[in-house]
Amino acid sequence: MEQFLHQVAAGLATGGVYASLALALVMIYQTTHHVNFAQGELAMCSTYLAWSLVNAGVPYWAAFILTVAISFAVGMGIERVLIRRVERAPVLTVVIVFIAMQFILNSLAGAVFGYTIQLFPSPFPEEPPFGNPYINSHELGVVVVTMVTVGLLWAFFRFTSLGLALRGAAANSESAALCGIRVGSMLMLGWGLAAAIGAVAGMLVAPIVFLDPNMMSGILIYAFAAALLGGIDSPVGAVIGGFLLGVLENLAGAYVIGTELKLTVALITIVAVLVVRPSGLLGRVLVTRV
Amino acid sequence: MMQTRSLQAVPAAKNMFRWNDARLLSAGLLALACVLPFVLSNYRIFQLNMVFITTMALVGLNLLTGFNGQISLGHGAFYAMGAYTTAILVDRFDCPYILALPCSGAVCLVFGWLFGLPALRLEGLYLALATFALGVCLPQILKYKGIEDWTHGVQGITLLKPEAPFHLPLSADQWLYFLSLGVLVLLLWIARNIVTSHTGRAIVAIRDNPLAAAAMGIDLARYKTTAFGISALYTGIAGGLSALTVQFVAPDSFNILVSAGFLVGIVVGGLASLSGAFYGALFLQFVPNVADRISKAAPWAIYGVVLIGFVYLMPEGVAGFIRRWWVSVTATRTKP
Repeated sequence: MEQFLHQVAAGLATGGVYASLALALVMIYQTTHHVNFAQGELAMCSTYLAWSLVNAGVPYWAAFILTVAISFAVGMGIERVLIRRVERAPVLTVVIVFIAMQFILNSLAGAVFGYTIQLFPSPFPEEPPFGNPYINSHELGVVVVTMVTVGLLWAFFRFTSLGLALRGAAANSESAALCGIRVGSMLMLGWGLAAAIGAVAGMLVAPIVFLDPNMMSGILIYAFAAALLGGIDSPVGAVIGGFLLGVLENLAGAYVIGTELKLTVALITIVAVLVVRPSGLLGRVLVTRV
Repeated sequence: MMQTRSLQAVPAAKNMFRWNDARLLSAGLLALACVLPFVLSNYRIFQLNMVFITTMALVGLNLLTGFNGQISLGHGAFYAMGAYTTAILVDRFDCPYILALPCSGAVCLVFGWLFGLPALRLEGLYLALATFALGVCLPQILKYKGIEDWTHGVQGITLLKPEAPFHLPLSADQWLYFLSLGVLVLLLWIARNIVTSHTGRAIVAIRDNPLAAAAMGIDLARYKTTAFGISALYTGIAGGLSALTVQFVAPDSFNILVSAGFLVGIVVGGLASLSGAFYGALFLQFVPNVADRISKAAPWAIYGVVLIGFVYLMPEGVAGFIRRWWVSVTATRTKP
């Protein structure tokens, strides 16, 4: 039983990371209806940035905030320079641009930082919180940070006029433009937010999986699966999907199939969700008018 | 961007085969290809052989993605399936390699068709996602302990290079080269016939407007799954030949970069173009070698930059560029 609870706790922690990255994917899907294949590599680059800052002697939380801010700016820049040009292009073109970005970021990170695995510090204390035997501080920290991020995002979308404008631009860009919303800026903002959330996910997961240029590939697949499970247009769904998948992955790994087929769990989840319930748990069912 | 490309691509490719000039050119190239193995070093023969094999895989992917509009980021999975089928049949069941190759094709045809069934419900990005996941998972599945008896797990399978039959005066490399060339010509001929037939028109119509295609009586499910199956068959045969040529298969040589490389190949060569597959294969075979000399991590950065460059500047790929150049040459010839 203790073993079981420990697995669940560890699953919640990785689930938190999947949830944050899934949230970033949902952000971009909501604003642009693209699925960003390069999201993982963007997060990896942000994490390397944070690592360099910490190594340069910047205190952890200052580095954290700085990294999130820089990632936000870089995300906006990528939207403006690369994505804006293919906004109305067919899906295949967009997918190719994302794949290309993934290659470039991955090999650049490899060239600059090397392929050796690096340790990434955790901001949370070593000893478990409140003396409990099931969850360590970093795992609890991941869950809390994820929940805070989701809460902030939800409040931003729900209560601020900027959030409303962003939703409007996503729902119907032409009508939004006619209402005086600058749709282009909104798209940039969406990308910036996604990059910032991705950066948070990267910094949270790096102490668990360690830091190397390929650290995100498996996590990205799980984030995709989480986003689809929750419904690709639902931020809350993405978070629920992330936690569910994290726990499922850990339990399946511990009791059913072993660790070697972990990625296959994600593949099966993706295919199963898309076939059985393409809108996900909380997503809207899309009706197209002919 | 896509509209103009998709409207032009198919008729232009069809015309190109009708031109007598183009026919002469193909015959000349084929003759050249028959002479080359007698003048080049073994390593160059191997490289050209890999170009032929990659061309087959790219034709397969192009039938699916270029002509039918179903994005696959996981075609490396079918390539691996073909390679492993051939390797297991030869290594474990002592099957003659010449029989193992069609078996690879058949296995991939069936699996491709099966994967095409859920793919029917997935459009555009979602299909890209699902196939991407397939490509990423594949090495793990190949390493799975339950099938280790056949696949030898992480170590992979080592094969012997087949010798030329009937006491032909060819070295093993030359024989494999001619085998690949023969298979490639056969597959290209079939692909050309598919693309220019009513099936091909149906497949392209589904890409351009599925709704209109369905309204015209085209059975979407049938054609889409068929396209998936045939595409996988091509890639599987290519995989089988690659196993024989490289003489080695292992899980980690079929990672997501193989699938991604195929996508790069068809974009660079030209989407919805059969000749484009060859240019794409040349690019995949020789550009990384050049890039490798610059830096170890460079090939993928260069792939990325080239991809973005092609998407923004030359969306019809090399084949489209050559086609336009060819049209301008013949136009100036007939004018005066």
